[in-house]
Amino acid sequence: MLSPILLSLKIAAIATIFSFLLGVFFAYVINKKNIPGKNLLETLLILPMVLPPSVLGYLLLISFGKRGPIGEFLLDHFQIQIVFTWVGAVIASCIVSLPLMYQNAKSALISLDPLYERAARTLGSSEWKIFITVIFPLAWPGIISGIVLSFARAIGEFGATLMIAGNIPGKTQTIPTAIYFAVESGNTELANRLVLIMTVFSFLLIFCLNAWLKKKNYIGRQS
Amino acid sequence: MEFRIIKKLDHFEIDVDYQFDSGILTVQGESGAGKTTLLNCIAGLTLPDGGRIVLGEKVVYDQKQAIDVPTRLRAIGYLFQNYGLFPNMTVQQNIVYGIKNKEEYRDKMKRRELLQYADYIMETFGIAHLKTKHPNQISGGEKQRAALSRAIVTKPKLLLLDEPFSALDSRTKEMVYQEFAAFKKEFKIPTILITHDTEEGRLFADRKILMKDGKIVEED
Repeated sequence: MLSPILLSLKIAAIATIFSFLLGVFFAYVINKKNIPGKNLLETLLILPMVLPPSVLGYLLLISFGKRGPIGEFLLDHFQIQIVFTWVGAVIASCIVSLPLMYQNAKSALISLDPLYERAARTLGSSEWKIFITVIFPLAWPGIISGIVLSFARAIGEFGATLMIAGNIPGKTQTIPTAIYFAVESGNTELANRLVLIMTVFSFLLIFCLNAWLKKKNYIGRQS
Repeated sequence: MEFRIIKKLDHFEIDVDYQFDSGILTVQGESGAGKTTLLNCIAGLTLPDGGRIVLGEKVVYDQKQAIDVPTRLRAIGYLFQNYGLFPNMTVQQNIVYGIKNKEEYRDKMKRRELLQYADYIMETFGIAHLKTKHPNQISGGEKQRAALSRAIVTKPKLLLLDEPFSALDSRTKEMVYQEFAAFKKEFKIPTILITHDTEEGRLFADRKILMKDGKIVEED
């Protein structure tokens, strides 16, 4: 029972790191900079939230499969196979959690008073320094909630993960896939235990996040 | 310094041409006359549609020659109407923020000098005891003094003050007026002060302009 739990944590943690970096980067570039194709980019980022997981899984499978454009390239040049490995599960989890990270980072960034950026600019800061010293610390509560929700979403990812990574015990079997196959094979006891763990874990995650956010003054400091 | 600024706004066009060397220039006018936009153009926070801005010897903006020096390199101190103190930093961190961006800060000896100067400024403005406080823990008058300290500690070539007294109650205002008069005497930084209070104009101005719908309608 331990192996799908550990694997789920590992996959979700790595997926969250990537979705954090990508989500904050895109939220900053799309909402603070003048770049062409903003709407298109934003739509693509949010699309995984509304697409059925099976569609995502299928798209990942044909892109990363041995004959898929990315899969073939990785296999030929680096001998890396993505399909039916935990890396595939990381990619699937990252893509489904990215919209949550992006949306949270976006609302944190656009709710910031532009006055602070302007003040930093008159005090001689470069754009990068403004981001690191002013924007990021002030947007931190929103970014934290994006990270926690992304992690929760990543650890619960099932459909797309099953399609690209499969259900290989000890290799790609996560909690959600383990639950599905436990039920399928009539192992209700294992299913019950995993369901309990998953529910309690997710409940605590969201509960603690809400409690923390309530304590946190959104202007940046605890009052 | 001299500035010729043209900027099209929704209802009118700002077209201002003026020069001065020292002292305090007050810009008066009703709200919506284009005063803040004028300051933002000088600071480089808003891009004018035409004109030329010279600070000291340096051309920081010239539409014809396509010169547009970014704000951070213009050496301008700007005190915003709502101060814009960073809420995630203490008063002291706010004040030394600009110093840390200076080239000299990398030099150990000069760094000490710069930090001593910051201490001196904080003493002068009577906010040394607030060093470790955050902006949401201090009063309006203290915020104003902290923001002014932050703007002048980098030794700017030009200081822009956008209605710095408007958010203060009348009692605090009296006190701050006196301090500001002392500040004017000691620091002698060329300053543009926006106000819609004629009393402030009378108290501090070496020169005055009155703006209406983006144009100078009176000067002396």
